[in-house]
Amino acid sequence: MRTVVVVGASLSGLYAARELRAQGFDGRLVVVGDEPHRPYDRPPLSKDFLTGRADEDRLALSDTEEMAELDAEWLLGTRARDLDTRGRTVLLDDGRTVSGDGVVIATGASARRLPGPALAGVHTLRTLDDARTLRAELTAGARRVVVIGGGFIGAETASSCAGLGHDVTVVEAAPLPLVPQLGPEMAALCAALHRRGGVELVTGTGVAALRGTVAVTAVELSDGRLLPADVVIVGIGAVPNTGWLAGSPLALHDGVLCDDGCATALPQVVAVGDVARVGGTRAEHWTSATEQPRIAVRNLLAGYTAETVRPLPYFWSDQYGARIQFAGRRLDTDTVRIAEGTVTDGVPGEDGLLALYEREGRTTAVLSVDRPRPFMRARRELARGAGAMETVSRAL
Amino acid sequence: MIPVCRLDDLPAGESARVDTVPPIAVFNADGELYAIDDTCTHQDASLSEGWLEGCLIECPLHAASFDLRTGAPTCLPARRAVRTHRVTVDDGVIHVHVAAEEDTAA
Repeated sequence: MRTVVVVGASLSGLYAARELRAQGFDGRLVVVGDEPHRPYDRPPLSKDFLTGRADEDRLALSDTEEMAELDAEWLLGTRARDLDTRGRTVLLDDGRTVSGDGVVIATGASARRLPGPALAGVHTLRTLDDARTLRAELTAGARRVVVIGGGFIGAETASSCAGLGHDVTVVEAAPLPLVPQLGPEMAALCAALHRRGGVELVTGTGVAALRGTVAVTAVELSDGRLLPADVVIVGIGAVPNTGWLAGSPLALHDGVLCDDGCATALPQVVAVGDVARVGGTRAEHWTSATEQPRIAVRNLLAGYTAETVRPLPYFWSDQYGARIQFAGRRLDTDTVRIAEGTVTDGVPGEDGLLALYEREGRTTAVLSVDRPRPFMRARRELARGAGAMETVSRAL
Repeated sequence: MIPVCRLDDLPAGESARVDTVPPIAVFNADGELYAIDDTCTHQDASLSEGWLEGCLIECPLHAASFDLRTGAPTCLPARRAVRTHRVTVDDGVIHVHVAAEEDTAA
């Protein structure tokens, strides 16, 4: 293999570039990124970066020394527009083409937006540019903030806004946020953190419209209520960036379809990170984006799926001074019990808690609020458990 | 020189956090005592709450790992070392000798 093109210059694209070099690829390495920035870490954008506790230099995922070692050509601020039918030539939006004998698709996902005309004061939070704009607006005096969506981005952003002294309301369409991820009992506990942080949570109602002509003035809910707002943050999920692949023969269905080894239907094309649906699952988890590239690159260089991986899902969220960590695969039929810590008035105690999800006497997942040590132990046990970490190496 | 706790109160495999600025983590790794800066160099997480195995401490948030003897990261996502500090035991009490800023490991 002489040239590999990595399309996507964020977490999984950088990890893919690292793995290519670490696994001995010494050919031409081209990395295409639609944002103008060198790879940076997104999780702090809704937390320490937004509150001003961390600045941009803390976000860098790499440094000049590593950049020199990687010896890659970085085509930043350049969007990929098309992948040819053989999966070898990437067309860029400035008309240039980059051809390689291997392609890593790492184009990630974009924040989902509300329909309707763009209004000043309405934000999404996905990129550094999003976060810069929002941060500037939040430091310009007290604002009435409405966060649409009570998922992790919504909750973290609401927490940061409240920490900055703004008046914050979170609107969630479902009766309770995070039920698909945590189940109803634990979702209720996490929802209570909003209250602990002085943020109002409005649930069970969608958004009918945003009011305002030039700038947003209010959020109209489907139940008729009107929430006055100077700043609206839309946190209603992300859609995988697959539009540029529409003309390729790759199978697309809420992501690029891959086997358990991140290999697509085209030889010499693999996909990693938020854009990849690996073995039927598309995980928008930071940890997945760092774990998949090793396997994907191994299979890319081998030319066939030599290795598959099914790592234990893991995610975390920092909100209202609490650190939530979750690992495992829970089903709605699993039971959940609090193994450590207490709940007072429906709110996790200040000393946190550890909850175990169980099925037929077996632990399937673990949730922690501010209990990192027992969580880590439980997470390791889950990862060791049968079926959790299925790394299968096939010899030819 | 900062007193941490009695040696008897830090059995093998355990850690203690010292609320200095920045905080320091002290470990008993199978009988050997080590002290490093407590905050992971990748993101805000307390290494004293991490997973101790031999001379390596794994961050509880993103699984970065550091060598307690040198402070050097042994895997991603951490790329910068944590400072190491000298530890002594005087009259059964563990003390940390905070390294000067310029001693920061490269």
